[in-house]
Amino acid sequence: MVKLAYLIPLFPLASFITLIFFGKRLGAKSALVAIGASLFSLITAAPFICGALAGQTYAHSFEWLYLAGKPLSFGIWIDSLSAMMLFVVTFVGSLIIIYSVGYMHHDPRFPRFFAYLSLFMAAMLSLVLSPNFVMFYMSWELVGLCSYLLIGFWFEKDSAARASKKAFITTRIGDVALFLGILLLFFTTGTLELKNLNPEFLQAFAQHSRALTLAGILIFGGAVGKSAQFPLHVWLPDAMEGPTPVSALIHAATMVAAGVYLVARSFGLITMFPDSLTVIATIGTLTAFMAAFFGLTQTDIKRVLAYSTISQLGFMIAALGLKGYAAGTFHLMTHAFFKALLFLGAGSVIHGTGTQDIREMGGLLKKMPHTGLTFLIASLAIAGVPPLSGFWSKDEILVAAFESEHRIFYYVLSATAAMTAFYMFRLVFLTFFGKPRKELHVHESPAVMTVPLWLLAVGSAVLGIPGSPWMNHFFQHFINRSIGGEALEHAMNPFVMNVSVALGVGGILLAALFYLVFPALAGFFGKILRPFYLASYHKLWFEELDQATVIRAWYGLGGLLARFDLDVIDGAVNGAGRETLRLSRIKNWIDVHIVDGLVNAVGAVTQAFSSLLRRIQTGLIQNYLFILFLGILVILFFEQR
Amino acid sequence: MPIPLSHILIFSTLLFAIGLYGVLVRRNVIGILISIELILNAVNVNLIAFSRAHPLNPEMGQVFAIFVITLAALAATVGLAIVLALYRVKRTIYADEVNLLKW
Repeated sequence: MVKLAYLIPLFPLASFITLIFFGKRLGAKSALVAIGASLFSLITAAPFICGALAGQTYAHSFEWLYLAGKPLSFGIWIDSLSAMMLFVVTFVGSLIIIYSVGYMHHDPRFPRFFAYLSLFMAAMLSLVLSPNFVMFYMSWELVGLCSYLLIGFWFEKDSAARASKKAFITTRIGDVALFLGILLLFFTTGTLELKNLNPEFLQAFAQHSRALTLAGILIFGGAVGKSAQFPLHVWLPDAMEGPTPVSALIHAATMVAAGVYLVARSFGLITMFPDSLTVIATIGTLTAFMAAFFGLTQTDIKRVLAYSTISQLGFMIAALGLKGYAAGTFHLMTHAFFKALLFLGAGSVIHGTGTQDIREMGGLLKKMPHTGLTFLIASLAIAGVPPLSGFWSKDEILVAAFESEHRIFYYVLSATAAMTAFYMFRLVFLTFFGKPRKELHVHESPAVMTVPLWLLAVGSAVLGIPGSPWMNHFFQHFINRSIGGEALEHAMNPFVMNVSVALGVGGILLAALFYLVFPALAGFFGKILRPFYLASYHKLWFEELDQATVIRAWYGLGGLLARFDLDVIDGAVNGAGRETLRLSRIKNWIDVHIVDGLVNAVGAVTQAFSSLLRRIQTGLIQNYLFILFLGILVILFFEQR
Repeated sequence: MPIPLSHILIFSTLLFAIGLYGVLVRRNVIGILISIELILNAVNVNLIAFSRAHPLNPEMGQVFAIFVITLAALAATVGLAIVLALYRVKRTIYADEVNLLKW
């Protein structure tokens, strides 16, 4: 039974292999292969998810090779946390793949797209199922590769090619940190098993607290890269160059959440050595606030959502850093649904209008009712309007922040929640309400796109309920079983809840005031608060700062190395060549004048003598006879003696 | 009284010297051939003279002389044929004008 779980990632892998080799021949049918594979994964995962809901865990592994006497193994490990991730990845993933059929149907590389999506599903599922850091890291790199391939899917566009490189290189910085963290953990404790990251096991290594704190921070570094946290957040907005279903699947629902999953998995390690907790909470909060601030002024529909994703991931990371294990993972799940829905809705809008600029849209609700309504539901969910899912999970996080030692986290995160409501409804009002600002040939998307939207909308609406007091905080009890360490005990806090509702609704109303009732107000405030507006619009000049410092430093270093290469190495090579040439010229001279000279001299001397000697060859017979006679005389003369 | 051997040898030496002179200085190839005949005859005289002086087998030298006369006839035949062929090709029978085998 347990071994069946190996099939979960193998179905999409088989689909990938089929599509990459036979995709061209299958043509439009290749989508069916990918959809079938992900649905099979969903069906295979279902009994395990149900089992985990009933309190079971599944583990199986086989040894692959030995390193320093320790086995490195492959396997599966399903507890409540991985069961939740399994549910999210297979369910949301399947819906997004179905949606892609409608979104990508004009694309010439249609089969290739589904091959990549299948590979991504396989990698993400094996990441979720991995019982140890070896398999985890491999899958981690594989999802990074898929992200690269899919961001650069339209690589004919220069910006897409650049964005894919940027995403790959930026996340790579985090991956290196993660790798170092894993190594440090391995050499300190000798284990790579994820289930060993709990206080009981780590107690034995308490004297190595500095090494393990560093290991925790380095592992978190991997999450910073993958989940686009400050200061490595710059890649995610650019990643929107990829097709929109990719943005939904990889850059909103699953892969970027893998960083949060990693931190949740290492929860035992980081709560054991709490110095890293502060770092994590600070970075998460800072990212959440900063990204929400950038989201306020963006004009590209996908970029607003990208900053929103960064911000929400910051929320999750902050929750984990504030020991809110259930809060962070809960928000991961609800966010996967409503953010996937928002991206798919945005994709539907782009599909229907052919533009991504929200300044050109407006009044789309009438023309695209399904897209508009589902988008509205998701926006209400992310803004934190009860009883939609986002409200419950965000409230959990705010409670965790409220009860932490530093109240500042709570204030910042609350302000961020208000900004979230504002920028989301700025987007909603500019896109779906008001009057059309530009003549666009709008059409509602086909059913293959709207049905997944509605399914996700239902998820976004109701998935908060299991974590609410109405179901006696079922989700928190469920997820806390997988915990490796001390977490915050859940406590309802009416004050926090009321403030959160007020902030969410306040943000929505403010957005309505600015963008529906008095559109002039937005421009007015934009002028008054011009420095802030510019700071937000230019994302605090992070790109420019990176350009001016890191990238210029690298270019400078590259230039120096190139100079070194050109001047020193090439110089040495050229010098060697020149000296060889000179030496061979000398040798050539010796060869021509001395060696050849000797040979020629032999010939010349022979010729000179023979030209003397041949004079006696007169051709006159009497001369010969005369000489013959003389010779006989000479011989006779000497005979006589 | 028989003619003493030394007289005959002096005679044959003179004959040989005349023949040799003729071979070396005559330009006409036919002259050269005639001079060669003189040399051969000088040899014949020598052979006869020494044969007569031989106490045991006085006939042997005469046989040699007859052989030489026969071969001289052959040589003259071949030589005259070569001269004829030479004349056809070069239109001359002067030896100093025929220097084909030259450097």
